Amino acid sequence: MSTAIERFDDKARDAFDRMGQNEVYEGELLRHRVYTRFLHWMVALFFFLALFTGFGIYMPWLFRWFTPIFGGGPLARAMHPWFGLGFVVFFALQMLNWIQPMTWTAADTKWIRNLRSTVSGKEKQDPPDTGFFNGGQKAQFWEIVGGSVVFLITGIILWKGARTFGCWPVAISYILHDISAVIMLGGIFIHIYLSTIGEPGTFQAMIRGAVSEAWAWTFHPAWYKEVTGRDPVQACEEARKRGQIAKQ
Amino acid sequence: MSDRKTLQIKQISGHSGPSPGFDMQRDAEVCKLIDTTICIGCKACEVACVEWNDMPFSPTTFDNTYQTMPATRWNFWNLIKFNEHQREDGTIQWLMRKDQCMHCADPGCLRACPADGAIVQYTNGIVDFQQENCIGCEYCVSGCPYDIPKFNPATKKVYKCTLCSDRVGGGLEPACIKACPTGCLKFGTKDDMKYIAEERAKQLRENFGFEKAGVYDPQSIGGTHVVYVLHDAENPERYGGLPRNPVIPWSYTVWKWLFKPVLGTFALFGLVGVLFHYVTVGPRLPQPQPPLKDSTPREKEI
Repeated sequence: MSTAIERFDDKARDAFDRMGQNEVYEGELLRHRVYTRFLHWMVALFFFLALFTGFGIYMPWLFRWFTPIFGGGPLARAMHPWFGLGFVVFFALQMLNWIQPMTWTAADTKWIRNLRSTVSGKEKQDPPDTGFFNGGQKAQFWEIVGGSVVFLITGIILWKGARTFGCWPVAISYILHDISAVIMLGGIFIHIYLSTIGEPGTFQAMIRGAVSEAWAWTFHPAWYKEVTGRDPVQACEEARKRGQIAKQ
Repeated sequence: MSDRKTLQIKQISGHSGPSPGFDMQRDAEVCKLIDTTICIGCKACEVACVEWNDMPFSPTTFDNTYQTMPATRWNFWNLIKFNEHQREDGTIQWLMRKDQCMHCADPGCLRACPADGAIVQYTNGIVDFQQENCIGCEYCVSGCPYDIPKFNPATKKVYKCTLCSDRVGGGLEPACIKACPTGCLKFGTKDDMKYIAEERAKQLRENFGFEKAGVYDPQSIGGTHVVYVLHDAENPERYGGLPRNPVIPWSYTVWKWLFKPVLGTFALFGLVGVLFHYVTVGPRLPQPQPPLKDSTPREKEI
Protein backbone atom coordinates (compact mmCIF):
# COMPACT_ATOMS: atom_id res chain seq x y z
CA MET A 1 0.00 0.00 0.00
CA SER A 2 2.56 2.49 1.08
CA THR A 3 4.84 1.48 -1.75
CA ALA A 4 2.02 2.11 -4.21
CA ILE A 5 1.59 5.57 -2.75
CA GLU A 6 5.34 6.19 -2.96
CA ARG A 7 5.41 5.00 -6.56
CA PHE A 8 2.50 7.32 -7.43
CA ASP A 9 4.17 10.16 -5.61
CA ASP A 10 7.52 9.59 -7.34
CA LYS A 11 5.82 9.47 -10.74
CA ALA A 12 4.03 12.74 -9.97
CA ARG A 13 7.26 14.38 -8.79
CA ASP A 14 9.09 13.38 -11.96
CA ALA A 15 6.24 14.44 -14.23
CA PHE A 16 6.03 17.84 -12.58
CA ASP A 17 9.81 18.27 -12.63
CA ARG A 18 9.65 17.87 -16.41
CA MET A 19 6.90 20.52 -16.60
CA GLY A 20 8.58 23.06 -14.35
CA GLN A 21 12.07 23.56 -13.06
CA ASN A 22 13.93 23.64 -9.79
CA GLU A 23 16.36 26.55 -10.01
CA VAL A 24 19.12 26.21 -7.46
CA TYR A 25 21.85 28.84 -7.47
CA GLU A 26 25.29 28.68 -5.93
CA GLY A 27 25.08 28.42 -2.14
CA GLU A 28 21.49 27.21 -2.20
CA LEU A 29 19.79 23.93 -1.43
CA LEU A 30 16.74 22.42 -3.14
CA ARG A 31 13.91 22.23 -0.64
CA HIS A 32 10.60 21.78 -2.44
CA ARG A 33 10.27 20.26 -5.89
CA VAL A 34 7.71 21.39 -8.47
CA TYR A 35 5.03 18.88 -7.50
CA THR A 36 5.15 19.88 -3.83
CA ARG A 37 4.99 23.57 -4.72
CA PHE A 38 2.08 22.97 -7.09
CA LEU A 39 0.16 21.08 -4.42
CA HIS A 40 0.92 23.71 -1.80
CA TRP A 41 -0.45 26.53 -3.94
CA MET A 42 -3.50 24.57 -5.01
CA VAL A 43 -4.23 23.83 -1.35
CA ALA A 44 -3.68 27.52 -0.58
CA LEU A 45 -5.96 28.63 -3.43
CA PHE A 46 -8.82 26.39 -2.40
CA PHE A 47 -8.24 27.16 1.27
CA PHE A 48 -8.72 30.87 0.67
CA LEU A 49 -11.66 30.41 -1.70
CA ALA A 50 -13.35 28.21 0.90
CA LEU A 51 -12.36 30.59 3.70
CA PHE A 52 -13.66 33.70 1.98
CA THR A 53 -16.92 32.09 0.90
CA GLY A 54 -17.16 30.60 4.40
CA PHE A 55 -16.92 34.06 5.99
CA GLY A 56 -20.21 34.91 4.36
CA ILE A 57 -21.87 31.89 5.93
CA TYR A 58 -20.18 32.27 9.33
CA MET A 59 -21.22 35.87 9.86
CA PRO A 60 -23.22 37.27 6.94
CA TRP A 61 -23.81 40.59 8.71
CA LEU A 62 -20.09 41.19 9.09
CA PHE A 63 -19.12 40.11 5.57
CA ARG A 64 -22.03 41.67 3.70
CA TRP A 65 -19.51 43.87 1.84
CA PHE A 66 -17.37 40.88 1.01
CA THR A 67 -19.72 38.20 -0.36
CA PRO A 68 -20.55 40.16 -3.57
CA ILE A 69 -17.06 39.17 -4.76
CA PHE A 70 -18.43 35.66 -5.03
CA GLY A 71 -21.73 36.76 -6.53
CA GLY A 72 -23.63 37.26 -3.28
CA GLY A 73 -24.57 35.13 -0.29
CA PRO A 74 -26.51 32.32 -2.01
CA LEU A 75 -23.86 31.81 -4.69
CA ALA A 76 -21.06 31.91 -2.12
CA ARG A 77 -22.95 29.31 -0.12
CA ALA A 78 -23.48 27.16 -3.21
CA MET A 79 -19.79 27.29 -4.20
CA HIS A 80 -18.32 26.87 -0.71
CA PRO A 81 -18.69 23.05 -0.60
CA TRP A 82 -16.96 22.70 -3.97
CA PHE A 83 -14.06 24.88 -2.87
CA GLY A 84 -13.89 22.83 0.31
CA LEU A 85 -13.83 19.63 -1.70
CA GLY A 86 -10.97 21.02 -3.80
CA PHE A 87 -9.08 21.83 -0.63
CA VAL A 88 -9.58 18.34 0.77
CA VAL A 89 -8.55 16.63 -2.48
CA PHE A 90 -5.37 18.64 -2.93
CA PHE A 91 -4.49 18.43 0.73
CA ALA A 92 -4.92 14.65 0.55
CA LEU A 93 -2.31 14.58 -2.24
CA GLN A 94 -0.13 16.93 -0.22
CA MET A 95 -0.44 14.58 2.71
CA LEU A 96 0.72 11.60 0.63
CA ASN A 97 3.56 13.77 -0.59
CA TRP A 98 4.64 14.80 2.90
CA ILE A 99 3.61 11.94 5.14
CA GLN A 100 7.17 10.68 5.39
CA PRO A 101 8.99 13.93 6.37
CA MET A 102 6.04 14.85 8.61
CA THR A 103 6.39 11.76 10.82
CA TRP A 104 6.51 12.84 14.45
CA THR A 105 9.77 12.22 16.31
CA ALA A 106 11.17 12.83 19.78
CA ALA A 107 13.01 15.89 18.44
CA ASP A 108 9.64 17.46 17.58
CA THR A 109 8.32 16.97 21.10
CA LYS A 110 11.47 18.70 22.32
CA TRP A 111 10.97 21.48 19.79
CA ILE A 112 7.42 22.08 21.00
CA ARG A 113 8.59 22.15 24.64
CA ASN A 114 11.16 24.73 23.56
CA LEU A 115 8.48 26.87 21.88
CA ARG A 116 8.56 29.69 24.41
CA SER A 117 12.20 30.57 23.85
CA THR A 118 11.76 30.30 20.07
CA VAL A 119 8.80 32.67 20.05
CA SER A 120 10.48 35.13 22.43
CA GLY A 121 13.41 35.27 20.02
CA LYS A 122 15.98 34.12 22.58
CA GLU A 123 17.29 31.42 20.31
CA LYS A 124 18.73 32.57 17.05
CA GLN A 125 18.92 29.07 15.62
CA ASP A 126 16.66 26.10 15.88
CA PRO A 127 17.91 23.14 17.92
CA PRO A 128 20.54 21.03 16.09
CA ASP A 129 18.20 18.02 15.80
CA THR A 130 15.57 19.96 13.84
CA GLY A 131 15.03 18.08 10.58
CA PHE A 132 13.35 18.86 7.28
CA PHE A 133 10.28 20.07 9.17
CA ASN A 134 10.29 21.33 12.74
CA GLY A 135 7.80 20.42 15.45
CA GLY A 136 5.65 23.46 14.82
CA GLN A 137 5.31 22.72 11.12
CA LYS A 138 4.45 19.14 11.85
CA ALA A 139 1.92 20.14 14.50
CA GLN A 140 0.22 22.43 12.00
CA PHE A 141 0.33 19.77 9.31
CA TRP A 142 -1.35 17.19 11.53
CA GLU A 143 -3.83 19.77 12.76
CA ILE A 144 -4.83 20.36 9.14
CA VAL A 145 -5.06 16.60 8.54
CA GLY A 146 -7.43 16.28 11.50
CA GLY A 147 -9.23 19.47 10.57
CA SER A 148 -9.73 18.29 7.00
CA VAL A 149 -11.31 15.06 8.19
CA VAL A 150 -13.67 17.09 10.39
CA PHE A 151 -14.33 19.46 7.50
CA LEU A 152 -15.08 16.62 5.12
CA ILE A 153 -17.45 14.70 7.37
CA THR A 154 -19.31 17.71 8.81
CA GLY A 155 -19.15 19.45 5.45
CA ILE A 156 -20.98 16.67 3.66
CA ILE A 157 -23.60 16.68 6.42
CA LEU A 158 -24.06 20.46 6.11
CA TRP A 159 -23.98 20.27 2.33
CA LYS A 160 -26.82 17.78 2.05
CA GLY A 161 -28.47 19.37 5.07
CA ALA A 162 -31.27 18.44 7.42
CA ARG A 163 -33.33 17.09 4.51
CA THR A 164 -30.94 14.15 4.25
CA PHE A 165 -29.35 13.79 7.68
CA GLY A 166 -31.96 15.19 10.08
CA CYS A 167 -31.76 18.12 12.46
CA TRP A 168 -29.28 17.03 15.11
CA PRO A 169 -26.38 15.93 12.88
CA VAL A 170 -26.56 19.31 11.16
CA ALA A 171 -26.81 21.24 14.41
CA ILE A 172 -23.70 19.47 15.76
CA SER A 173 -21.75 19.56 12.48
CA TYR A 174 -22.32 23.30 12.32
CA ILE A 175 -20.34 23.76 15.55
CA LEU A 176 -17.52 21.34 14.66
CA HIS A 177 -17.15 22.84 11.19
CA ASP A 178 -16.86 26.34 12.65
CA ILE A 179 -14.39 25.32 15.38
CA SER A 180 -12.20 23.61 12.80
CA ALA A 181 -12.33 26.71 10.62
CA VAL A 182 -11.45 29.07 13.45
CA ILE A 183 -8.44 26.94 14.47
CA MET A 184 -7.22 26.80 10.87
CA LEU A 185 -7.75 30.53 10.46
CA GLY A 186 -5.62 31.19 13.53
CA GLY A 187 -2.99 28.79 12.17
CA ILE A 188 -2.87 30.45 8.76
CA PHE A 189 -1.88 33.80 10.29
CA ILE A 190 1.11 32.16 11.97
CA HIS A 191 1.92 30.17 8.82
CA ILE A 192 1.90 33.24 6.56
CA TYR A 193 3.79 35.36 9.07
CA LEU A 194 6.60 32.85 9.58
CA SER A 195 6.92 32.04 5.89
CA THR A 196 7.23 35.67 4.83
CA ILE A 197 8.33 38.44 7.18
CA GLY A 198 8.75 36.34 10.30
CA GLU A 199 11.61 34.25 8.97
CA PRO A 200 13.00 35.98 5.85
CA GLY A 201 14.25 33.67 3.12
CA THR A 202 11.49 31.12 3.65
CA PHE A 203 9.05 32.25 0.98
CA GLN A 204 11.33 31.39 -1.95
CA ALA A 205 11.20 27.75 -0.88
CA MET A 206 7.65 27.65 -2.21
CA ILE A 207 8.36 29.85 -5.25
CA ARG A 208 11.63 28.64 -6.74
CA GLY A 209 11.95 25.67 -4.43
CA ALA A 210 15.41 26.62 -3.21
CA VAL A 211 16.65 28.08 0.05
CA SER A 212 20.03 29.50 1.04
CA GLU A 213 22.41 27.28 2.96
CA ALA A 214 22.41 29.85 5.75
CA TRP A 215 18.65 29.57 6.01
CA ALA A 216 18.86 25.80 6.08
CA TRP A 217 21.46 25.64 8.83
CA THR A 218 19.65 28.26 10.89
CA PHE A 219 16.19 26.76 10.83
CA HIS A 220 16.71 23.11 9.94
CA PRO A 221 20.25 22.11 11.06
CA ALA A 222 19.65 18.35 10.93
CA TRP A 223 18.34 18.63 7.36
CA TYR A 224 21.34 20.81 6.46
CA LYS A 225 23.62 18.14 7.80
CA GLU A 226 21.77 15.45 5.90
CA VAL A 227 21.98 17.27 2.57
CA THR A 228 25.44 18.87 2.73
CA GLY A 229 27.14 16.23 4.86
CA ARG A 230 28.55 18.96 7.09
CA ASP A 231 27.73 19.01 10.78
CA PRO A 232 26.87 22.62 11.69
CA VAL A 233 27.37 22.08 15.42
CA GLN A 234 30.76 20.50 14.96
CA ALA A 235 31.73 23.16 12.43
CA CYS A 236 30.72 25.83 14.88
CA GLU A 237 32.85 24.39 17.65
CA GLU A 238 35.83 23.92 15.38
CA ALA A 239 35.51 27.46 14.11
CA ARG A 240 35.30 28.67 17.67
CA LYS A 241 38.50 26.76 18.50
CA ARG A 242 40.22 28.30 15.53
CA GLY A 243 39.02 31.68 16.72
CA GLN A 244 37.11 32.36 13.53
CA ILE A 245 33.91 33.21 15.41
CA ALA A 246 33.44 34.72 18.81
CA LYS A 247 32.72 32.48 21.77
CA GLN A 248 29.10 32.59 22.84
CA MET B 1 -53.09 44.49 13.06
CA SER B 2 -53.49 47.94 11.67
CA ASP B 3 -57.17 48.48 12.46
CA ARG B 4 -56.59 47.43 16.04
CA LYS B 5 -53.78 49.97 16.37
CA THR B 6 -55.73 52.78 14.77
CA LEU B 7 -58.72 52.24 17.03
CA GLN B 8 -56.78 52.58 20.23
CA ILE B 9 -58.22 55.49 22.25
CA LYS B 10 -55.93 58.41 22.87
CA GLN B 11 -58.36 61.06 24.20
CA ILE B 12 -62.07 61.65 24.43
CA SER B 13 -63.78 65.03 24.04
CA GLY B 14 -65.59 66.60 27.01
CA HIS B 15 -64.39 63.93 29.35
CA SER B 16 -62.94 64.59 32.78
CA GLY B 17 -60.64 62.21 34.52
CA PRO B 18 -58.93 59.28 32.93
CA SER B 19 -60.42 58.15 29.65
CA PRO B 20 -61.68 54.59 29.72
CA GLY B 21 -59.37 52.46 27.67
CA PHE B 22 -56.67 55.12 27.57
CA ASP B 23 -53.17 53.69 27.19
CA MET B 24 -54.62 50.23 27.10
CA GLN B 25 -52.44 47.82 25.21
CA ARG B 26 -54.46 45.07 23.71
CA ASP B 27 -52.75 41.78 23.04
CA ALA B 28 -52.02 42.05 19.36
CA GLU B 29 -50.62 38.54 19.01
CA VAL B 30 -52.41 36.83 16.20
CA CYS B 31 -53.26 33.17 16.05
CA LYS B 32 -54.67 30.69 13.61
CA LEU B 33 -56.95 28.06 15.11
CA ILE B 34 -57.28 24.76 13.30
CA ASP B 35 -60.04 22.55 14.57
CA THR B 36 -59.05 19.18 13.12
CA THR B 37 -62.31 17.68 14.35
CA ILE B 38 -64.38 19.55 11.79
CA CYS B 39 -61.93 19.53 8.90
CA ILE B 40 -63.47 17.73 5.91
CA GLY B 41 -60.28 17.61 3.86
CA CYS B 42 -61.67 19.72 1.02
CA LYS B 43 -58.28 21.33 0.38
CA ALA B 44 -59.82 24.74 -0.24
CA CYS B 45 -57.10 26.19 1.99
CA GLU B 46 -54.41 24.59 -0.21
CA VAL B 47 -55.88 26.22 -3.29
CA ALA B 48 -56.34 29.57 -1.57
CA CYS B 49 -52.72 29.51 -0.40
CA VAL B 50 -51.36 28.74 -3.87
CA GLU B 51 -53.69 31.36 -5.39
CA TRP B 52 -52.93 34.21 -3.01
CA ASN B 53 -49.19 33.65 -2.95
CA ASP B 54 -49.17 33.20 -6.72
CA MET B 55 -47.16 30.00 -6.65
CA PRO B 56 -46.84 27.75 -9.67
CA PHE B 57 -48.12 24.24 -9.17
CA SER B 58 -45.62 21.50 -9.80
CA PRO B 59 -46.17 17.80 -10.58
CA THR B 60 -46.80 15.78 -7.46
CA THR B 61 -46.42 12.25 -6.19
CA PHE B 62 -49.41 9.99 -5.73
CA ASP B 63 -48.93 7.76 -2.69
CA ASN B 64 -52.35 6.06 -2.56
CA THR B 65 -53.84 8.60 -0.19
CA TYR B 66 -56.00 11.67 -0.61
CA GLN B 67 -52.99 13.81 0.23
CA THR B 68 -51.99 16.25 -2.50
CA MET B 69 -48.28 15.48 -2.04
CA PRO B 70 -46.15 13.72 0.59
CA ALA B 71 -44.86 16.92 2.21
CA THR B 72 -44.95 20.68 1.81
CA ARG B 73 -42.71 22.24 -0.82
CA TRP B 74 -41.05 25.58 -1.41
CA ASN B 75 -44.03 26.50 -3.57
CA PHE B 76 -46.68 24.61 -1.60
CA TRP B 77 -46.88 25.86 1.96
CA ASN B 78 -50.21 24.48 3.07
CA LEU B 79 -50.91 20.76 2.96
CA ILE B 80 -53.74 18.72 4.42
CA LYS B 81 -52.23 15.56 5.82
CA PHE B 82 -54.57 12.57 5.68
CA ASN B 83 -53.86 9.98 8.35
CA GLU B 84 -55.69 6.76 9.05
CA HIS B 85 -55.67 5.63 12.64
CA GLN B 86 -57.02 2.25 13.65
CA ARG B 87 -58.84 2.34 16.95
CA GLU B 88 -58.65 -0.53 19.43
CA ASP B 89 -62.08 -1.82 18.34
CA GLY B 90 -60.83 -2.12 14.77
CA THR B 91 -62.67 0.90 13.37
CA ILE B 92 -60.79 3.51 11.41
CA GLN B 93 -60.46 7.12 12.40
CA TRP B 94 -59.60 9.46 9.55
CA LEU B 95 -57.47 12.26 10.91
CA MET B 96 -56.92 15.32 8.73
CA ARG B 97 -54.51 18.01 9.72
CA LYS B 98 -53.63 21.18 7.91
CA ASP B 99 -49.85 21.26 7.93
CA GLN B 100 -48.07 24.60 7.62
CA CYS B 101 -45.66 26.82 9.52
CA MET B 102 -46.57 26.95 13.20
CA HIS B 103 -45.14 30.44 13.76
CA CYS B 104 -43.50 29.42 17.03
CA ALA B 105 -43.05 31.96 19.79
CA ASP B 106 -39.44 30.75 20.00
CA PRO B 107 -38.68 30.01 16.34
CA GLY B 108 -35.94 27.44 15.75
CA CYS B 109 -35.44 28.65 12.18
CA LEU B 110 -34.71 32.16 13.39
CA ARG B 111 -32.28 30.86 16.00
CA ALA B 112 -30.39 28.79 13.47
CA CYS B 113 -30.28 31.44 10.74
CA PRO B 114 -26.92 33.23 10.47
CA ALA B 115 -28.00 35.78 7.86
CA ASP B 116 -28.83 39.30 8.94
CA GLY B 117 -32.50 39.97 8.43
CA ALA B 118 -33.35 36.79 6.57
CA ILE B 119 -35.93 35.74 9.17
CA VAL B 120 -38.00 38.19 11.18
CA GLN B 121 -40.54 37.70 13.92
CA TYR B 122 -43.17 40.40 14.21
CA THR B 123 -44.64 41.44 17.54
CA ASN B 124 -47.90 39.89 16.39
CA GLY B 125 -46.14 36.52 16.35
CA ILE B 126 -45.75 36.00 12.61
CA VAL B 127 -42.38 34.52 11.63
CA ASP B 128 -41.53 35.64 8.13
CA PHE B 129 -38.67 34.90 5.73
CA GLN B 130 -37.12 37.81 3.86
CA GLN B 131 -35.72 36.07 0.80
CA GLU B 132 -33.58 39.01 -0.31
CA ASN B 133 -31.38 38.47 2.75
CA CYS B 134 -31.39 34.65 2.64
CA ILE B 135 -28.09 33.00 1.71
CA GLY B 136 -29.57 29.53 1.27
CA CYS B 137 -27.47 27.79 3.92
CA GLU B 138 -30.51 25.74 5.01
CA TYR B 139 -29.59 25.92 8.70
CA CYS B 140 -33.23 26.93 9.33
CA VAL B 141 -34.31 23.52 8.02
CA SER B 142 -32.34 21.85 10.80
CA GLY B 143 -33.63 24.33 13.41
CA CYS B 144 -37.30 23.70 12.62
CA PRO B 145 -39.07 20.99 14.65
CA TYR B 146 -41.86 20.78 12.06
CA ASP B 147 -39.81 20.42 8.84
CA ILE B 148 -41.37 23.52 7.32
CA PRO B 149 -38.71 25.65 5.55
CA LYS B 150 -38.16 24.33 2.03
CA PHE B 151 -35.24 25.08 -0.26
CA ASN B 152 -35.73 26.15 -3.85
CA PRO B 153 -32.66 24.99 -5.81
CA ALA B 154 -33.41 27.44 -8.62
CA THR B 155 -33.26 30.59 -6.49
CA LYS B 156 -31.04 29.01 -3.77
CA LYS B 157 -33.33 30.42 -1.10
CA VAL B 158 -35.73 29.00 1.45
CA TYR B 159 -39.49 29.57 1.51
CA LYS B 160 -42.38 28.86 3.84
CA CYS B 161 -45.84 29.96 4.96
CA THR B 162 -45.94 33.67 5.86
CA LEU B 163 -49.27 33.43 7.73
CA CYS B 164 -50.20 35.84 4.93
CA SER B 165 -48.30 38.64 6.65
CA ASP B 166 -49.16 40.81 3.66
CA ARG B 167 -52.88 40.28 4.25
CA VAL B 168 -52.70 40.44 8.04
CA GLY B 169 -50.74 43.69 7.82
CA GLY B 170 -53.65 45.09 5.85
CA GLY B 171 -56.19 43.97 8.42
CA LEU B 172 -57.33 40.87 6.52
CA GLU B 173 -57.36 37.25 7.59
CA PRO B 174 -54.95 34.77 5.95
CA ALA B 175 -56.10 33.34 2.62
CA CYS B 176 -56.62 29.82 4.01
CA ILE B 177 -58.98 31.16 6.69
CA LYS B 178 -61.06 32.98 4.11
CA ALA B 179 -61.39 29.84 1.98
CA CYS B 180 -62.37 27.39 4.73
CA PRO B 181 -66.02 26.37 4.27
CA THR B 182 -66.58 24.54 7.56
CA GLY B 183 -65.32 27.06 10.09
CA CYS B 184 -62.55 24.67 10.98
CA LEU B 185 -60.09 27.53 10.51
CA LYS B 186 -60.38 30.62 12.66
CA PHE B 187 -58.18 33.66 13.02
CA GLY B 188 -57.90 36.25 15.75
CA THR B 189 -55.85 37.15 18.79
CA LYS B 190 -53.96 34.43 20.57
CA ASP B 191 -56.09 34.82 23.71
CA ASP B 192 -59.36 34.60 21.80
CA MET B 193 -58.27 31.59 19.78
CA LYS B 194 -56.93 29.82 22.87
CA TYR B 195 -60.28 30.45 24.58
CA ILE B 196 -62.31 29.14 21.66
CA ALA B 197 -59.99 26.13 21.32
CA GLU B 198 -60.30 25.24 24.99
CA GLU B 199 -64.09 25.59 24.85
CA ARG B 200 -64.22 23.35 21.79
CA ALA B 201 -61.97 20.77 23.43
CA LYS B 202 -64.21 20.80 26.50
CA GLN B 203 -67.25 20.33 24.29
CA LEU B 204 -65.55 17.39 22.56
CA ARG B 205 -64.67 15.81 25.89
CA GLU B 206 -68.05 16.30 27.52
CA ASN B 207 -70.53 15.94 24.66
CA PHE B 208 -68.86 13.91 21.93
CA GLY B 209 -67.01 11.24 23.82
CA PHE B 210 -63.50 12.28 22.81
CA GLU B 211 -62.08 11.94 26.30
CA LYS B 212 -58.56 12.88 25.32
CA ALA B 213 -59.51 15.90 23.22
CA GLY B 214 -57.32 18.90 23.79
CA VAL B 215 -55.44 21.86 22.40
CA TYR B 216 -52.01 21.62 20.78
CA ASP B 217 -49.97 24.68 21.76
CA PRO B 218 -46.57 23.21 22.77
CA GLN B 219 -44.96 25.16 25.61
CA SER B 220 -41.52 23.67 24.93
CA ILE B 221 -41.12 26.31 22.22
CA GLY B 222 -43.09 28.99 24.06
CA GLY B 223 -46.34 28.15 22.33
CA THR B 224 -47.22 28.58 18.68
CA HIS B 225 -49.26 31.09 16.74
CA VAL B 226 -51.06 28.24 15.02
CA VAL B 227 -52.97 26.05 17.48
CA TYR B 228 -54.81 22.80 16.87
CA VAL B 229 -57.81 21.23 18.49
CA LEU B 230 -57.14 17.49 18.40
CA HIS B 231 -59.43 14.54 19.13
CA ASP B 232 -56.52 12.97 20.92
CA ALA B 233 -54.14 15.59 22.27
CA GLU B 234 -52.10 12.90 24.04
CA ASN B 235 -50.94 11.41 20.73
CA PRO B 236 -50.23 14.29 18.36
CA GLU B 237 -47.86 12.00 16.41
CA ARG B 238 -50.92 10.35 14.86
CA TYR B 239 -51.66 13.51 12.93
CA GLY B 240 -48.85 13.07 10.44
CA GLY B 241 -45.89 13.45 12.77
CA LEU B 242 -46.83 16.38 14.98
CA PRO B 243 -44.12 16.32 17.68
CA ARG B 244 -45.37 16.08 21.25
CA ASN B 245 -42.52 18.17 22.67
CA PRO B 246 -40.84 20.02 19.82
CA VAL B 247 -37.29 21.09 20.61
CA ILE B 248 -34.76 23.40 19.02
CA PRO B 249 -31.18 22.02 19.00
CA TRP B 250 -29.39 23.71 21.92
CA SER B 251 -26.24 24.01 19.88
CA TYR B 252 -27.65 26.91 17.90
CA THR B 253 -28.19 29.03 20.96
CA VAL B 254 -24.88 28.23 22.60
CA TRP B 255 -22.76 28.48 19.49
CA LYS B 256 -24.35 31.40 17.76
CA TRP B 257 -24.72 33.80 20.63
CA LEU B 258 -21.65 32.88 22.64
CA PHE B 259 -18.80 31.02 21.02
CA LYS B 260 -19.18 32.30 17.48
CA PRO B 261 -18.39 35.95 18.13
CA VAL B 262 -15.89 35.10 20.86
CA LEU B 263 -13.91 32.62 18.75
CA GLY B 264 -14.14 34.83 15.68
CA THR B 265 -12.54 37.62 17.66
CA PHE B 266 -9.98 35.13 18.94
CA ALA B 267 -8.93 34.34 15.36
CA LEU B 268 -8.46 38.05 14.72
CA PHE B 269 -6.22 38.19 17.79
CA GLY B 270 -4.02 35.72 15.92
CA LEU B 271 -3.50 38.36 13.24
CA VAL B 272 -2.86 41.06 15.82
CA GLY B 273 -0.56 38.63 17.68
CA VAL B 274 1.79 37.98 14.77
CA LEU B 275 2.01 41.68 13.93
CA PHE B 276 2.75 42.42 17.57
CA HIS B 277 5.45 39.74 17.51
CA TYR B 278 6.96 41.33 14.41
CA VAL B 279 7.32 44.77 15.98
CA THR B 280 8.37 43.59 19.45
CA VAL B 281 10.44 40.43 19.07
CA GLY B 282 11.14 40.86 15.39
CA PRO B 283 11.91 38.41 12.65
CA ARG B 284 14.39 35.57 12.99
CA LEU B 285 17.03 36.05 10.35
CA PRO B 286 19.13 33.29 8.78
CA GLN B 287 22.44 33.22 10.62
CA PRO B 288 25.70 33.15 8.71
CA GLN B 289 27.05 29.64 8.47
CA PRO B 290 29.99 28.67 10.62
CA PRO B 291 33.20 28.95 8.63
CA LEU B 292 34.24 25.53 7.49
CA LYS B 293 37.75 24.18 7.66
CA ASP B 294 38.18 23.86 3.96
CA SER B 295 36.51 27.07 2.89
CA THR B 296 36.66 30.78 3.51
CA PRO B 297 33.67 32.28 5.28
CA ARG B 298 30.79 32.63 2.89
CA GLU B 299 29.15 35.91 2.29
CA LYS B 300 25.76 36.32 3.74
CA GLU B 301 23.21 35.27 1.20
CA ILE B 302 19.61 36.46 0.86
